[in-house]
Amino acid sequence: MGLKDAINNIHGRWMNGDGPENDIVISSRIRIARNLRDMPFPNQMSQAEADSIFHAVHLAVSKDELKREFSAMELVKMSELSPVERRILMEKHLISPDLLKSYERKAVVLGNDEIISVMLNEEDHLRMQCLMPGLQLQGAWERINKLDDVLENTLDFAFSEQLGYLTACPTNVGTGLRASVMVHLPGLIMMNQINQVINAVSKLGLTVRGLYGEGTEAAGNLFQVSNQVTLGLTEEEIISKLTSVVKQLIDQERLARQTLYREQKHRLEDRIFRAYGTLKNARLLTSDEAMKYISDVRLGIDLNILEGLSGEVMTELIVMTRPAYLIKQNQKEMNSQERDIMRAEIVRSKLN
Amino acid sequence: MKCERCSQRPATVHLTQVINNKKTEMSVCEYCASELQQEAWGFDPQFNLHHFLGSLMGHEYNPQVETIEENTCPKCGISHNRFAKVGLLGCSDCYDTFKAQVIPLVKRIHGTAQHTGKVPQRTGGRAKINKEIKVLRDQLQDAVQREEFESAAKLRDQIKSLEQELS
Repeated sequence: MGLKDAINNIHGRWMNGDGPENDIVISSRIRIARNLRDMPFPNQMSQAEADSIFHAVHLAVSKDELKREFSAMELVKMSELSPVERRILMEKHLISPDLLKSYERKAVVLGNDEIISVMLNEEDHLRMQCLMPGLQLQGAWERINKLDDVLENTLDFAFSEQLGYLTACPTNVGTGLRASVMVHLPGLIMMNQINQVINAVSKLGLTVRGLYGEGTEAAGNLFQVSNQVTLGLTEEEIISKLTSVVKQLIDQERLARQTLYREQKHRLEDRIFRAYGTLKNARLLTSDEAMKYISDVRLGIDLNILEGLSGEVMTELIVMTRPAYLIKQNQKEMNSQERDIMRAEIVRSKLN
Repeated sequence: MKCERCSQRPATVHLTQVINNKKTEMSVCEYCASELQQEAWGFDPQFNLHHFLGSLMGHEYNPQVETIEENTCPKCGISHNRFAKVGLLGCSDCYDTFKAQVIPLVKRIHGTAQHTGKVPQRTGGRAKINKEIKVLRDQLQDAVQREEFESAAKLRDQIKSLEQELS
C-alpha cells in the first residue's frame, strides 16, 4: 500500500460510487492551509528551509498518536518521483497542479487509504486535504480537523487572535479552509441553465470552476463548487452553507434531467446510446471526446437508460484517459495519435 | 459620444473604478480602456488572482509615499511593493508589518477582519480562552431557557474563572 499503489492503481477511494448523492456529486474535498510560525512562507523560502519543513512534518507524522488515528502516512519528496508519477498524483486529485512547479522544494504526505494527503510547501507550508466520494463534506471535515489537532500537538502553527490561521495569500486567512464539491451537471448544460446557476452561486460567496481547479475548463460537464470566504465564519458554517447550496444544485440538476427525459426522450436516449456506441467501438479517441462521451454515458447510467454499468467505472475512466496515466501504462512517451489509439483501447476493454 | 480620455474615438467601454472608497465612472474607447487597465496593473501582462490582489492594495497605498520610504518586513525582508506585485506575503510577521494595508484588504476580500473559527489547542492562548467563554455562554443561555439553574450556576462560575485568567 501507500505511494506505489497511489501511482499504479488507478482506483482511488474518492472514486467509489457509494457516496451520498452519487448520481450528481462525484466527490467532496476539504482542504486547510497551515503555516509554521517561525519560518518564511514557501514563496520566500530557501532550499534548506524547505528541507527543515520536510523534517518537522516527517517527525510529526511519525508519532504514535497519529498512527493510532490514521493509517500509516508516508512523506514523499516530489524530487523522488518521475515527472509522469507526479502528474498521475495530480490527475488523481491527490496533489494540486502547483506542486509540479519548482518541485525540489515540495513534498506530499499520503495516507494508505488515499483519502488524506498533505501537500508541503505549496503556497503554504501545509495544505491538508481530505477527498471523499459523494457529498460528505462534514465527514471530510471531521477527518481533517482530527489530523490538524494531532499535528498541532507537535507543530507550532502561525495563528493570530484577530485573523486566525495566517496564510501566504490573504484570500485564505482565517480558517484556511476551502471546501469543494465536484458535481456532474449535464442536465443544466443541455437546458442552457448553467450560466444562470453559476451567477447565482457566485452571489452567495461561492465559486464555480472547471475540473482541475483554478483556471481550468469544465471538461466533461464537471464543475467544482467551493467557498470563497475563509474568514468571519466558523468551519461548520462554511461547510453547512456549501452543503445546502449544493443540495439545491442537485435538485435543479435532477429537475433538468427529468424534464429532458420527459420532453426529449428520444433525443436524449439517442445521444446516450451514440456515446456508448462510440466509446465501445472507437479506434481513436481524443481526450475531449472521451470526456464528452463519458459524461453522456454517465448520465445514461444515472437515468437508468443504460443498465449493467456503474458510475464508478466512468469516474475511473476519466482518470484513466488522462495523458499521464496513458504514458505510465505505455512506459514511454507517445505522440498525440498514439495516445488517442491507446485511450480508445483502454475505454473499449473497460466497457466490453 | 466620444471617449472621455482621448476625445477622439467613440466611447464603447464603461469603466468603473473604486479607489479609496471613491467611485469614479468614465466612458472611454476600447484603446484607452486597455491602456487604463494596464496602468492599474503596473504594465504586468500576467493577470491572475495574486496580481489582482496586489493591484487592489496598490490603490489603497498612496503612491507618493512609496518613493520616499519603502516599508519592508524585518523578518523575511519582503517589501510592500513586492507584496503589491505578487499578492503573497513573505511570512506570518508580514501581517503585522503591513497591517495598515493588509487589514483593509482582508476586509475587502472577506467582508470582515475577525476570525471566529477554530483556535489551536496548544498555542491558541487568549483566543482559545475567548472561544471557550463563547461556547460556555451559549450553553448558559440554553440552561437558563430550560430552567436548569443548577447547571447554569456551574457554567457561570466556569465563565468567571476563565475571565479572570484573561485579565
